[in-house]
Amino acid sequence: MSVQNFPPIYSTVVEIFQWLKSVYKNISFPEKGSCLSSGRSLAPRGRRSCSSIGCIVSVPFGSHNNVWSTGRDPAIWEADTDAVYAALSHHLWSTFTAPEAKSSNEDLKEMLESNKESLKLEAMKRVVGLIAKGKNASELFPAVVKNVASKNIELKKLVYVYLVRYAEEQQDLALLSISTFQRALKEPNQFIRASALRVLSSIRVSIIVPIMMLAIKEASADMSPYVRKTAAHAIQKLYSLDPDQKEQLIEVIEKLLKDKSTLVAGSVVVAFDEVCPDRIDLIHKNYRKLCNLLVDVEEWGQVVIISMLTRYARTQFTSPWKEDNEKAFYESEEEKKDQTEATPYTMDPDHRLLLRNTKPLLQSRNTAVVMSVAQLYWHLAPKHEVNIVTKSLVRLLRSHREVQYIVLQNIATMSIQRKGMFEPFMKSFYVRSTDATHIKTLKLEILTNLANEANISTILREFQTYVKSQDKAFAAATIQAIGRCATDISEVTDTCLSGLVLLLSNRDETVVAESVVVIKKLLQTQPTQHSDIIKHMAKLFDNISVSMARASILWLMGEYCERVPKIAPDVLRKMAKTFTAEEDIVKLQTVNLAAKLYLTNSKQTKLLTQYILNLGKYDQSYDIRDRTRFVRQLIVPNEKSGALNKYARRILLAPKPAPMLESAFKDRDRFQLGTLSHSINSKATGYQELSDWPAVAPDQSVRNVEVVEPSSSESEEQSSDESDETSSDSGKSSSGSEKSSSESEPEQKKKTKTKKAPQKKSKAAAAVTAPSFGPVKTHELLHHMTGKGLSAKYHFPRQPCLYQPSMVAVQVILANSSDHSLEKIHIGDRSPAGLNIHCFNTIERLEPEASVTVSMGIDFSDSTQAANFQLCTKEDQFSVSIQPVVGELLMPSTMSEQDFSKEQGKLLGMNETSATVAMATANTSSQAVSKQVLSVANVGVVSSGPNDLHRFAGRTVSSGALVLVSLELKESSALLTINTEKSVMASMLLRDLKQALALARLYPRFWVHRRFTHDFTLKFRPRCTTNAKRASDPDAVQKNTFVKVPST
Amino acid sequence: MIHSLFLINHSGDIFLEKHWKSVISHSVCDYFFEAKEKAVDPEDVPPVLQTPHHYLITVHRGKLFFLSVVQTEVPPLFVIEFLHRVADTFQDYFGECSESVIKDNVVTVYELLEEMLDNGFPLATESNVLKELIRPPTILRSVVNTLTGSSNVGDTLPTGQLSTIPWRRADVKYTNNEAYFDVIEEIDAILDKSGTTVFAEIQGVIEASVRLTGMPDLTLSFMNPRLLDDVSFHPCVRFKRWESERTLSFIPPDGNFTLMNYHVSSQNPVAIPVYVKQSISFFESGPCGRLDITIGPKQTMGKTVEALMVKIHMPKAVLSANLTATQGNYTYDLPNKVLVWDIGKLNPQKLPNLKGILSLQAGAPKPEDNPSLNIDLRIQQVAISGLKVSRLEMFGEKYKPFKGVKYVTKAGKFQVRT
Repeated sequence: MSVQNFPPIYSTVVEIFQWLKSVYKNISFPEKGSCLSSGRSLAPRGRRSCSSIGCIVSVPFGSHNNVWSTGRDPAIWEADTDAVYAALSHHLWSTFTAPEAKSSNEDLKEMLESNKESLKLEAMKRVVGLIAKGKNASELFPAVVKNVASKNIELKKLVYVYLVRYAEEQQDLALLSISTFQRALKEPNQFIRASALRVLSSIRVSIIVPIMMLAIKEASADMSPYVRKTAAHAIQKLYSLDPDQKEQLIEVIEKLLKDKSTLVAGSVVVAFDEVCPDRIDLIHKNYRKLCNLLVDVEEWGQVVIISMLTRYARTQFTSPWKEDNEKAFYESEEEKKDQTEATPYTMDPDHRLLLRNTKPLLQSRNTAVVMSVAQLYWHLAPKHEVNIVTKSLVRLLRSHREVQYIVLQNIATMSIQRKGMFEPFMKSFYVRSTDATHIKTLKLEILTNLANEANISTILREFQTYVKSQDKAFAAATIQAIGRCATDISEVTDTCLSGLVLLLSNRDETVVAESVVVIKKLLQTQPTQHSDIIKHMAKLFDNISVSMARASILWLMGEYCERVPKIAPDVLRKMAKTFTAEEDIVKLQTVNLAAKLYLTNSKQTKLLTQYILNLGKYDQSYDIRDRTRFVRQLIVPNEKSGALNKYARRILLAPKPAPMLESAFKDRDRFQLGTLSHSINSKATGYQELSDWPAVAPDQSVRNVEVVEPSSSESEEQSSDESDETSSDSGKSSSGSEKSSSESEPEQKKKTKTKKAPQKKSKAAAAVTAPSFGPVKTHELLHHMTGKGLSAKYHFPRQPCLYQPSMVAVQVILANSSDHSLEKIHIGDRSPAGLNIHCFNTIERLEPEASVTVSMGIDFSDSTQAANFQLCTKEDQFSVSIQPVVGELLMPSTMSEQDFSKEQGKLLGMNETSATVAMATANTSSQAVSKQVLSVANVGVVSSGPNDLHRFAGRTVSSGALVLVSLELKESSALLTINTEKSVMASMLLRDLKQALALARLYPRFWVHRRFTHDFTLKFRPRCTTNAKRASDPDAVQKNTFVKVPST
Repeated sequence: MIHSLFLINHSGDIFLEKHWKSVISHSVCDYFFEAKEKAVDPEDVPPVLQTPHHYLITVHRGKLFFLSVVQTEVPPLFVIEFLHRVADTFQDYFGECSESVIKDNVVTVYELLEEMLDNGFPLATESNVLKELIRPPTILRSVVNTLTGSSNVGDTLPTGQLSTIPWRRADVKYTNNEAYFDVIEEIDAILDKSGTTVFAEIQGVIEASVRLTGMPDLTLSFMNPRLLDDVSFHPCVRFKRWESERTLSFIPPDGNFTLMNYHVSSQNPVAIPVYVKQSISFFESGPCGRLDITIGPKQTMGKTVEALMVKIHMPKAVLSANLTATQGNYTYDLPNKVLVWDIGKLNPQKLPNLKGILSLQAGAPKPEDNPSLNIDLRIQQVAISGLKVSRLEMFGEKYKPFKGVKYVTKAGKFQVRT
């Protein structure tokens, strides 16, 4: 078979393999005309080839025939199949990335239009390759867009990539795809919904703005927090496409800001920052929630939330820095200070909340999070608390070079204001010869900022090493730094100066030049007896060629010419010789020197001066001509020059203020630390100014959250919809019994705080909330008689399960009432087999009379079918079962009255069950009603007006289906309606509720036992029973079965 | 936030670009190339550059530049951290992060980038979540996929994305349940000419490789947690437990991850494992210099020092080195002016020595400064700070995992000034 006649595309490995095989058997290479050693079997090499085939497949296949006929020496082919494969895949890669000819795009078009899925996918992969390379593939748009509704998920995703890239250019065609996305937005799979919204909102075509708006609004109310997160991202995209939508988008942002899901929080704050950063009023109500959620938000969200809250706090709280002077005395105890001062500063509890909740994030692995907490403390914390960020910042210096760069910049700014913060870590800023230049310079900057009387000798010793560095730019920077230390700390000025003078004899010119410049500045600050140094510099003058240094020396000569009366004229003489060859800056200084000498020592220098002025008059640079003309008029008296002449001496030889040697980071603190603007030292687009502290704090009560929802403060923990993994913090221990203890005390405090405030305002609402915790009913799991001393009880704590959201949390109290300790208590076999139980950890030992509470999670899959499992100790196994009450398969859901009505509207007809209940007289008050309902079912109260309609909402734990309960009171009866998709659950729940409401007063706990009228069958058998036997042997069961009567 | 990403190789070719918002012409990279021209070393390019309309934030990893274009104010560390995370992900997926590997897997790379950012804001960066979305390419899988037509792309939302523990995927199953922890400590030190320690500290990291079935809840406790001065954790570690009990309690991610980084408190003196006797001198007359280096063990906690290596960045004027080493080999890389002496195991009986002549460029002035020595070493089975793991317990699952802890001490930035 001739190489030229290959079918153009090979899409499967099998085909490739077969082709290669055929090549090896009877291929004839066009160039050499020879055959490969025919009949050579590939079999032994088959396995090795595999890897290369993997390569080929991962590289989209090229169709250029010349690839195959590259005219390689057949010997190579024969020599190593692997090498051939490698070469092939390499060629394929290059064809695929090489500037694509038209023909190849035709090819792709053909592939895309074929009806083979694999061909399409292959083609799309190549197209994406083109996009990645930045090549234009827009002409394929019509062919690609057809595949948008493909079933193949990978193909679909690649089409999405393409669409997002080219939709802007091909607006009309892009519209073809819109309906697909609209359909996908209604998919039951949340992932599909989310990705449809992602792509739809990424298509920058302004015609679809209304569609996008609609989609965003809908998605922002989606059940899945992931979709809501995507909606938050879409807000920004829509805003950048059409800023006119701002008002509507703000409404969506407002809604999403209220979202309790940690997943949404970060994204919506980004949208807030982008769309309406000035609408600080939207944050008030969500401030505390954001603070409390912060630890659990994903790391990227943390960064944006923290910087937004920093800005927020600066507008809402008063400065904690006011009594800085006093603080020294009362460093730690704020209370004390409060008593003693006339107008005490007390920190707003919300301000404190923010500081406290961000502190643990200093331990984050994400450097951006650490930096943002550091800047928050810098801008918001009382001065004495800022120090806690030091260690973490120093830790970041171990990270990548780029991270070091940014962190060092920020430390440089901080260290100017607060030397003390970083002084103990001075050595961490020592320069290594392997550091990049900009890192070195920053470290030097910080070391200079940290210098004080105590450590200056150490720092100077360190600087001595740096001066010798091979990196001359760095050495020069060190000399500058030494100069700064010398001016800042007067004790060492002389030492530094003599050190710098020593450097004048350095061989490297840049070092010498830099020293001269710095010495000049130093001498200027203390122009006392330094004529020696000036003389020394005059001697060096001939050897220095760097113009800045020469100019500096000339300036020094002129300025202090009276101190070196003999040398100065001589220098001028030398300069007169070389004047024409000098740089402009040197010429200017020469003219200056000449003028000054003319005034002080005209006898010796008159002629020289005139000569220089003449040269300058005809200089090429107009600056110099200008200066010459000016100086001549000023110093040489003639009839034209007027009064100015008399003042020449006072003008030229006036005492001049010494230049300040300051840090380049001096004024960087005008920018918020950690920002891009701070890094580039100029205001970046979109930079939000950090406002000054307000003199008087704005109203604090704006942050109080009205307790409109039944379960606001406490039940945030055990909260509502499926998303609410929120507050079950990852830092918390997962085993339930330990949970409360490990939960920190501050968190509790904060809770009481949040509660206190609202109670004043909305007493009525708060009263309704109270019974959201129904009484905990404990059920027997294993009686101590049957359990050979081990007894077990369980209850439903009504908390979201920590292990999996679809599980119901169950707490089991195990007690040992025998006289010996029980060992290795754990859970054994379970039935039905697929039952999903999260077991508690094996309890190694339970002493007599001791008891332990463990928590487990059971996925009941929304049915009241009992979960049977075995409770095992080291010796025995007891079969037990937990049968859930239907009300415990629910999770409370919080929603507004409107939402409730809306959802109820969707669940009519078959999904509605209702009954009339004869109410017990005691049950007519609204408080009693909610109490009874909540005791039966784990639902949330939906706040409503003071009418006789009570609403409760919940979701099933496993599938998240809504369960809506409404109760309309009429005289002595009431109409009870339940709307849910789960009709079986509805009828069971209806029955329970009916009983509870009608009979609650008479038989308070009757319903509990009714549910358990069937017997627990508890089996146990000695450990020796084999597994096989256990399941099937009826005898064994018979013998050891105890029938347990439910206890009352 | 992040607008576009360009991947650039050392020779300045843009070989991959990705835009999350509208398309930005790659001519924006010219500003970067300009800065790169100016810098002597690629490491010297400033990470943040300002251009008239955009800001360029660059990260240099494995001979590649990850250049991101930003249009508005954003914390630069946010971008830098993310870019490094991207590089880590590539490393994780393809085993290395190099130009050829990225080119070979361009589709996977593109799919990854698409999932990692939405509108410039990170969406999924946890490796466990990403791996459920886009399975890492393996030879077997690509063969199977082509035959069966299935794809590498998942069509459901990864379980981690919605749970409180996004770093762990659900339904992990292994036949061998293993949990290995490597305690790796690095000594950062600067020694001066006379051998006295100018600055020394120990930085440690615990790398974990956990392959356990189900939802294990692990607790790792130390014999001497007081040694740890400053720590940073993987998000899985429960901070409150650490604060109260000084134990690490966590539900681990599946696979390899960094559990914690720590800094050993500076109160404890740092044991310096080796001493260096050196004399490097360049002569005023004649184009040569002399070099003599001997290394010996100092405080090695009774273990042998391995993989000892000395690296010297020579002054520009040094043309060649004519040396003899009593142990190991030396190479002199002329273009970079780096002398590397690879010693290997340190034998306390017979100390390795490197001695000889350095020839200088004729006419060049004598180098001002002696080059400093960078030392690399490794000591197995010991953490130089003395940190010890006392126990690892597992809750939540019933099987018995294989557990292992390994200690290694390395030289970090260990520099001897001469």
